[in-house]
Amino acid sequence: MKDESNEKVLLQGLARSDKKAIETIYAENYNMIQSLIINNSGSADDAKDIFQETMIVLYEKVRSGTFELNCLIRTYVYSVSRRLWLKRLQQMSRYAPSLENLQDTVPVDEEIEENERINNEFQAMDKAISSLGEPCKSLLEAYYLEKKNMQEIALSFGYTNADNAKNQKYKCLMRLKKIFFAQYKNGNGNG
Amino acid sequence: MDDIKILDTVERYIRGEMTPDERLYFEQLRKTNPEVDQLVVEHTLFLQQMNRFSEWKKFKHALHDTHTDLSEQGKINSDRLRGKAKVVYLWRRYKRVTAIAASIAGITTIAITSLVWSVAPKPDNQKLQNLSREIAKVKIEQSRQKNDVNKLKDQIVSNQSTPQFIPKSEGTGFLIDTKGLMITNAHVVKNSRNIRVVNTKGQQFDAFVVRLDMNKDVAIIKIDDDHFKSFSSLPYSIRKASSDIAEPVFTLGYPREEIVYGEGYLSAPTGYNGDTLSCQISIAANPGNSGGPVFNHNGEVIGILSAKETETEGAVFAVQSKYIYQVLDELKKSPLYKNVKMPLKSGLSGLDKTQQVKKIQDFVFMVKGD
Repeated sequence: MKDESNEKVLLQGLARSDKKAIETIYAENYNMIQSLIINNSGSADDAKDIFQETMIVLYEKVRSGTFELNCLIRTYVYSVSRRLWLKRLQQMSRYAPSLENLQDTVPVDEEIEENERINNEFQAMDKAISSLGEPCKSLLEAYYLEKKNMQEIALSFGYTNADNAKNQKYKCLMRLKKIFFAQYKNGNGNG
Repeated sequence: MDDIKILDTVERYIRGEMTPDERLYFEQLRKTNPEVDQLVVEHTLFLQQMNRFSEWKKFKHALHDTHTDLSEQGKINSDRLRGKAKVVYLWRRYKRVTAIAASIAGITTIAITSLVWSVAPKPDNQKLQNLSREIAKVKIEQSRQKNDVNKLKDQIVSNQSTPQFIPKSEGTGFLIDTKGLMITNAHVVKNSRNIRVVNTKGQQFDAFVVRLDMNKDVAIIKIDDDHFKSFSSLPYSIRKASSDIAEPVFTLGYPREEIVYGEGYLSAPTGYNGDTLSCQISIAANPGNSGGPVFNHNGEVIGILSAKETETEGAVFAVQSKYIYQVLDELKKSPLYKNVKMPLKSGLSGLDKTQQVKKIQDFVFMVKGD
């Protein structure tokens, strides 16, 4: 077993989305989750989904800065995955078997709720951006997600100059913001 | 164009790309101009969200890449499971499917077996004025097989599920007393030697005609089968008075092998060409609905669905319910049936449609005649 400081380093790496850290955590825990899912009427694809969602939960958690891991990463990952898979089984309204506890678990309900909220938010964002259509989608993604500057964008999108690209970007942005704030208010209104 | 510049400036401000002088000036502007201030707040929130979204997406991407890399390097078990694990996996995953497939196979076998004997093609005789399902092809076949059938007649009587019962006319019927007296259209059963009725559960009962009134197109048949259990009471009653135009009505019938609900309204007090026996109803009806009860919202039978106009879609005619009483009165003259009691009061008024239908459907039968 890894000692505590090693785990801490890994988590710090994860918070920076360090490739090495992601790979290590991934390689050390994936097989455990895969056998959990497959032994409980899931497929390898399900296992991948669930494990990656678990990684996102962990990622959001370490990035929030308030995270104190008082158990092994392994235990935490197992707890989250197990909970997520139970939830998925219920949603598929399949007969949900009582997953046998092969490992210790820690309570993770809060994290999972938070993760669901974030997931919904980002999926809504993804959908909103997609619904804008081209060229808006690529334009906004290039500027806000890939953080390219306007000159580069004008060049790669074939605008005659940066001002034209800005003009177009502005129109697209207004549309996106309209959708975004409508959803944002809705989300807040719902509590 | 101005808006674009403002937004550009706001973005530069949020990102901290301004020179100190510029920044000072802009902060001054923010204080004096609430609109700009609002924009800054709003846009900050938006950009924060965009950044988090961007990181979330990148992380997801990274996870995906990691997964591919690691499975290529063999550090994690890849999707392709080998050997025993695969068998276990396949069994675990598909055991339910296997069970379902097996039961489907069983059901299919039974279905095909029953198909073979019933040979009951769905008729598409839209032009038929009567709504009974007369199946021309089967008719021809029937005459050809007549001899065979005659030979096997004994079996038909003794065994319910003998394959020699080939329905050439199908309709709907409904009980009017608890002991198995049933109303349907005369044209459904007029040429039949054997009559069989099927309830919603698929149970078949033998029945015979006790009264046929071709003028009114009303037939009374009686279930004569040991398996039939009398009901304690009927949920609906049969209306004696005429009904009003525009009254919402619904029907239950067997245009196919299953009971089908239809909704409409009473559109005219008389039937085809002013026929006073019947009334006109606007409802979707198909061959097989013939003989089906037409209910009003109180759950009273106001008519018997009988025919539709071939030229006009949705114009369906129903024999008015008061004639059921007339036919029944004639029947009561015979000593055998003088004690027939009809339900006097509908127990369905005030219930909602789904509840009504749930209570009624057990009393509506498919009528098959050969």
